[in-house]
Order: sequence, then C-alpha cells, then structure tokens
Amino acid sequence: MKDAPLHILLIDDDSVRASVIDEGLREAGHSRITVITDMRQLLRQIVEADPDVIFIDLENPNRDVLEQMFQVSRSVPKPVVMFVDQSDKASTEAAIDAGVSAYVVDGLRKERVKPILDMAISRFNAFHRLREELHRTRQALEDRKIIDKAKGILMKSRGISEEEAYALLRRTAMNESRRVADVARSLITAVRLLS
Amino acid sequence: MQADIERIGARDASEDGSTPLTLGFIPLVDAAPLIVAKEKGFAAAEGLALALARETSWANIRDRVMLAHFDAAHMLGPMPIASTLGIGHVAVPMIAPFSLGLGGNAITLSPAVYEAMEAAGAELGAGPAAMGRAFAAVVARGREAGRGPLTLAVVHPFSGHNYELRYWLASSGIDPDRDVRIIVLPPPFMVDAVLERQIDGFCVGEPWNSLAVEAGAGVIVATKSALWRQGPEKVLGFRADFAERSPETLAALLRALSKAAAWAGHAANHAELSLILAAPAYLGTSARIIARALSGSLVRKSGSPPSLVPDFLVFHDHAANFPWQSHALWFYSQMVRWGQVPYAPGLADTARRVYRPDLYRAALAGTGIDLPRASAKVEGALKTATPVASRNGAMILGPDGFFDGRLFDPDEIEAYIASF
Repeated sequence: MKDAPLHILLIDDDSVRASVIDEGLREAGHSRITVITDMRQLLRQIVEADPDVIFIDLENPNRDVLEQMFQVSRSVPKPVVMFVDQSDKASTEAAIDAGVSAYVVDGLRKERVKPILDMAISRFNAFHRLREELHRTRQALEDRKIIDKAKGILMKSRGISEEEAYALLRRTAMNESRRVADVARSLITAVRLLS
Repeated sequence: MQADIERIGARDASEDGSTPLTLGFIPLVDAAPLIVAKEKGFAAAEGLALALARETSWANIRDRVMLAHFDAAHMLGPMPIASTLGIGHVAVPMIAPFSLGLGGNAITLSPAVYEAMEAAGAELGAGPAAMGRAFAAVVARGREAGRGPLTLAVVHPFSGHNYELRYWLASSGIDPDRDVRIIVLPPPFMVDAVLERQIDGFCVGEPWNSLAVEAGAGVIVATKSALWRQGPEKVLGFRADFAERSPETLAALLRALSKAAAWAGHAANHAELSLILAAPAYLGTSARIIARALSGSLVRKSGSPPSLVPDFLVFHDHAANFPWQSHALWFYSQMVRWGQVPYAPGLADTARRVYRPDLYRAALAGTGIDLPRASAKVEGALKTATPVASRNGAMILGPDGFFDGRLFDPDEIEAYIASF
C-alpha cells in the first residue's frame, strides 16, 4: 500500500451502516474518508472527491452509474469495494479473482473492513499491472511487425542490408524525435499511397 | 440491518427432488416471463424449483451471473455480448439462448422540453420522425441561445435503451455525443432527477415511463416499438459453461419460460398478471400502471386519454422468444457505431455466437412451438405480417421495420455501420 494516506470514498444512503464502515476504517488506521449519503448529483460528488478507492453498497442502484463513469472519464478506474450486509456462500476471493472488485459478504462487521480493503486494492493493482503489461506486449509485437515491414521496403527499394535499413529508420527517428515504429508506419503509409 | 435481496421462494427449493435454480431479475414489467414461470407453476411442471432474486443494478445482475450466485438472469440484450467481448468489464463468456420479449421501452422528456417541442410543431402521439424534428429544433434553439446541452439518461451503457435513444437522436440530426449529454441513471431516480432538472429526459423500460407521466414529470414522445417494430430487448443470460454443465436443466428452463411467455402475452391474463407483478416482492408498484404496458394502452401525457400502441411489449407472438443472431449482430453494430468497441470480423462472429438459437431449438423441439429455420434475418425488411419458413411449414412474423426505413443485413455489418 502507498505511504500517502488513502482517500476513501464511502457511498451509502444508509447513514447508520455508513458510520459502521467509517468507524471500521478509522480503527484500521485510515483517516481520509469522505462519506456520501445523498445520491443526487453522484457523479459530480465522486469527481470532486477524486478518491483512491470507493466503497459502495452492493444494493445501491448507482453501481451502473459508477461503471459508466469509469468508461467515459479518462481518469484511471478506482478499486471499488462492494458490500452487502447479509450472509451468502459467495467467496470474496473468487469474486476478486474474476476481476470483479471485492464483495464483502457474510455479514458486515467493522473488523472485517480492513483486510477486505487491503485485498481489494492489492488485487486491483495486480489486475491493472497485468492489463498494462498485456497492452505493452501487444504494442511491442505490433511495432516489431511494422518495423520489419518498413525494413523490407527499404531493403528492396534502396538495395541495402537489413542492418542498414534499420539504421536508416533509427537515424530518421532520432532526427525527427519520433519513435522508430512511427517512422516505419509513415513509410508504409507513404508507399501505399504512391503505389 | 437486512439487505433487501429477496430470495423469493428459496425455501421451496428441492424439497421434492426438483432442481433448484436461482434467477436474478430487475423489477421491470419485462421480467414477467420469469415471474410467471414461478407463480403459475410452469417451472415446477418442468421439475424446477425457481428462486427469484430481485436486484437493484444491472452491474450486480452481470457480476452475480459471473460469480455463479445466479444460474441465469433477466439481462439487457447487449449485456452478455459486452461480457463475452470483455468490454466495459472483465471478459466472461456468456450466452443468451432465450429472448424475454420485444419492445417495452419508451423515450420520455420533461414537460418543459415537450412544451418547447409543441411550439416547434410536435403533436402528442406523432411518429418518431416528426418528434425527432421537433426535438432537434429545441436542441438547436438551446445551442443558439448559448445554453448547455440537454441531459438525457439511460439505464446502462450496454443497453437497448442507449442504442435506441442514440438511433432516434442521430436519425433526427442530433449528435448524441455533442449536441446532448447522455448519462447513466438508475430507473428509480429518473422521475426525481427530471423534477429537480438534473436531467431533461430518459429512455427506460416500463413501468418507469408511465410512473413519470403519472407524476407529471414527463411526456412519452416515442416508444421502442415505433422506433423499431419488433426490436429485441431483454434476454435470459447464462454463463457460457452452464449449457455444457447442465444442458437438461437449461432446456427445462427454456420450456418453462416459453410457456410462461405465452401465458403473459395472452390479453385475457393481463389483469391477473398485473396483480402478480404489482406484489411488493416483484415490482412493488400499482397494478393499474403495470396494466398500461401489458395492454400497450399508454397515457403519453398526464391527463391525456390512453392511446393504443401496436406491439408495445411483445412477450411471445412474432417468434419473440427466438434468439435471432441478427439481433446480437445489430447490438454489436451499435457498439461499434458509438465507439464502445472496434469493428473486426472476429469480434462480430463472437458477438453473433453469444445468441444461441441452437439451444432454443433443442429445448423446444418436442413442444408444439414453431421454430424458424433461419438463425438470422434481415432486420427491418418486413413491412407487413409475413410468413417465413419454419419447422411446421410457415410461421407469421409481424412487421419489423425501423422508423427511418433502413435495413440491417447481418451479412453486411461493415457497410451498415459505414452507412450512418
């Protein structure tokens, strides 16, 4: 977990239950907590609070609003901890592994708040690292394909070796302060236009 | 404090050797087939002990199917597709082997906006094209006056509501992403949000449009059935592995729902059905309001006489329960159109295969229900009731046109998307 105090946003229209969670979080050492009990203008309230993590009652119909917000806003999605104070056989672990944020089930007791919060955040971070890594790997693969294609074009049209073709691409990229892959992409586009 | 998830009938499950099944639903009129299957004994007759769990958000419905809290659920048609494609959330393959009906939604605007539309020539009960022209005039006037864009609400980004609202706006010359603002709001908050002027209108399923009219908070300007006669709406969504794990249970459930949908679609049962749905455990609202959606006799504006909307909500007629793959592909085309997902032939194929006519046919093969031979059709092509090839020879499909006269050919998705 980060060193800066976590800013936790608690969304619950039930103020009594909100205070139980609030207390649990404070006993667990968290002091930056914003509680929203009035659901009007929820989006604006969330944007203004800009929290690190969101706690929301599973039974709150605003869950759909929250999802929409993460889709349209350019801000990084925040871990969402969902809770419902009733017994259920569901496994929180399974929920988090599935990429769904944490479900706090099996009764809402304030001493359970901290471990679930910690787990939700760490799983959320791990999940996002994985996704970013996947994205980077895909990008690298894509770049390599583009560069190979551009090299082929240069080798053929200028009658140079593969190393020379790559050196030429790299030099051009450096001179124009662009990425090698971007230079390669422009070359391919230009060739397509000319042919 | 007790959370209000209600496991209606959970105690009955499996006492007599029947198979227990838990289905999630959102309190809407179009959840009727699930509720009827339980209340009228159609599920029990198939050896199923149904427990219905009322949910408050579509996200919960989806998550709880993903986590196998629910065996299946009342879902927005595009939702199992979005889940399978992994857009908006994690990728969990889902299937939709049964359509819960056609139509049932409407676009409702605030009385203030409607008044301005009347000044621009709108008349109550006019078609979507005329209403769209009047609304476009109001939007244009607002822009000229330097006012901010009007705000409209839908229930979920991956919903028929979002797509039909956008379809209507775009056809009327309004850019849904620039000329207005579209947000997500839970149905129970829409009436208050309009009264408090947080939003200027919404697209939602019944009973929420009629409740808004009743509260003097809105005027129904267009119905889904007027935008796209026979447009698909909710489905029964399962995790994909359910069909492999329990094919018999799935088939039994589809048979029960088919009978329930037929019962719910029969006008003679509407009085009883409106009372069943009105119970606190289900919709918890007035049977009188629910009856409007069931009969298609809508009051569009507070104090106005009801008017009959043909095919407003179809539970069973016109092969309403058949999961047409062209419906799945149309939803996918709209996801692409509005930038939710890129176009790729592989993605289109994945989207198509979320809808499972094969499972529908397998489940209903032994019943008298007629089954279409094709799994997809050109949407919007039927201007009048038309016979199509079916197992029993021919079955009649109703008129299914889009209001702007466009056709959706599932084999020409790219051209369709490019045509907008």
